[in-house]
Amino acid sequence: MKRIVLPLLLALLSVGIGGVVPSAAPFSAEDAPWDDGTAVVLAWNLDPLRTSLSLQKADSLGIFQEISNEFALTGGYKDSGLEADAEYRYRLVAYNKDRSDSVSFTAHATTRQQWFSMQKLSLLILLAMICGAILYYIFHARRGKNLFIRRISGLDSMEEAIGRATEKGKPILFVPGISDLGDIQTIAALNILNHLALKSAEYGTELLVPCRFSMVLSAARETVKEAYLQAGRPDAYREEKIFYVTDDQFGFVAGVDGIMLREQPAANFFLGAFWAESLILTETGFGTGAIQTAGTGQPHQIPFFVVSCDYTLIGEELYAASAYLSRDPQQLGSLKGHDFGKLLVIILVLTGIVMEMAGQGWFKQFIAGGN
Amino acid sequence: MAELMKVLGIWLGAYFTLSIFSFLYKDNPFYKLAEQIFVGLSAGYWLIYTIYNILVPNLFNLLFTDFAHNWLLLIPMLLGIMMLLRIIPSAQWLSRYPIALMVGTTAAIYMLLSFKSDFLAQIAATMVNPFKFSSPVDVVGTILLIVGVLCGVYFFYFSKKQEGVFAIPSKIGIWFLMVSFGASFGYTVMARISLLIGRLDFLLRDWLHIIK
Repeated sequence: MKRIVLPLLLALLSVGIGGVVPSAAPFSAEDAPWDDGTAVVLAWNLDPLRTSLSLQKADSLGIFQEISNEFALTGGYKDSGLEADAEYRYRLVAYNKDRSDSVSFTAHATTRQQWFSMQKLSLLILLAMICGAILYYIFHARRGKNLFIRRISGLDSMEEAIGRATEKGKPILFVPGISDLGDIQTIAALNILNHLALKSAEYGTELLVPCRFSMVLSAARETVKEAYLQAGRPDAYREEKIFYVTDDQFGFVAGVDGIMLREQPAANFFLGAFWAESLILTETGFGTGAIQTAGTGQPHQIPFFVVSCDYTLIGEELYAASAYLSRDPQQLGSLKGHDFGKLLVIILVLTGIVMEMAGQGWFKQFIAGGN
Repeated sequence: MAELMKVLGIWLGAYFTLSIFSFLYKDNPFYKLAEQIFVGLSAGYWLIYTIYNILVPNLFNLLFTDFAHNWLLLIPMLLGIMMLLRIIPSAQWLSRYPIALMVGTTAAIYMLLSFKSDFLAQIAATMVNPFKFSSPVDVVGTILLIVGVLCGVYFFYFSKKQEGVFAIPSKIGIWFLMVSFGASFGYTVMARISLLIGRLDFLLRDWLHIIK
């Protein structure tokens, strides 16, 4: 255990102090520690007569080319972007005031790849803490412990919107964003779609889901089908109501606008990733008189949703929606774990500010990644 | 011939621009036609684009020309075929595997990327000593930045009822968010106006030659 912990602590200290440690020798070159073998750390310690320098690296022909001339009597330089497992040769030429005299030092180093990048230690620790908290709360929730989640008004409106569509006998429109399945917002939107489809199956309300990408289409169909099965209404599931429009961004918008005008859905849900088309969609929906709920993690699009929709889910609320709506212990536990992460952010920021005020810059450097 | 095609292109562009603009009045047959041509044309365009710019160079060419070094591409090809099996009702269940793989890997990749860029980098960027600046504007700006970040994060804390003293940071947070949304709204509207100017420029310069 000691053999693992001690080097880790030493490396952590080296990260905290900084990437380049001044050398006692006139000039040294060493492989950068705890990296992917793409950097060499150079350090020098010159006599006080020197007033300028030229730091050079040998190219493939062995000719030295200047890479820096920033002067410091005791200093360092990190040469990055190198190839792993290759030898590099360096020369330092230091001049006196009138450049009549100079001294030259050479050094060489071989880059080596390490298994662990100590620059990412903070990432590992915080990730482990948050994942640990999520797992803890999930197990906690599974044991039947009641987990409190405050009211989110944008989500409470969903029931109201579905109810209104049912009363009017009109469909519900759900747009899972315009991003592909590779976007976490689309996945969050599909989680909400599951809940919405469950309700629409229970109430017997038609649900329309236009999709921009084939992968999203497949996932949306699976989601809705699963929800209808869960509600005990597999016979009511209509695959053709979850359909592909086009891959083109504004072509998709034109198609959805047409659907809103002709099908006149009573409730529109725009949840997922949206870009320039957000206002075009919600303005058309507003014109048709539908009750609209929108949510996205795209900060630039939220204002458009705020002005044109009845309810807006801002950023994180989109990700919390699924847990909030389903009250599923697993998802609630996960949401509680995220909340732990938010508290951690507040604590870390406050600690970092205090440390900065106390002149202890190593803490910020450690959190940022030590580069 | 080239000149004729150019003129035809401009007239078609003008016709479709006006047809789309006609939606500002109300839904009408011109808009419907433009919309349906746009949707159909773009769907067809992207289908061909995907085949010739993604499937052919990244899969078929590599497999047919150098199979020995690219045989691993058979795995994504197999996943793609499994997705296509959705059209066969008895084999539909197979499409769940590529979807599951896609969702799982996406979540894992984005978790690491976002954790580094959105989480750690932003936490570190907020760790600033506001009193290190000599200018009062910088001091006030940094304090606002810190208060805005902390209260903004707290607004999204769902585990505590936001009432009494706990409502104060949340309210400050939503104020900061709304001010930033307002600024963002104005900025984006300006960008959209430039798009409108572009369209009007096309109509008045290229089509009607009113602007020289």
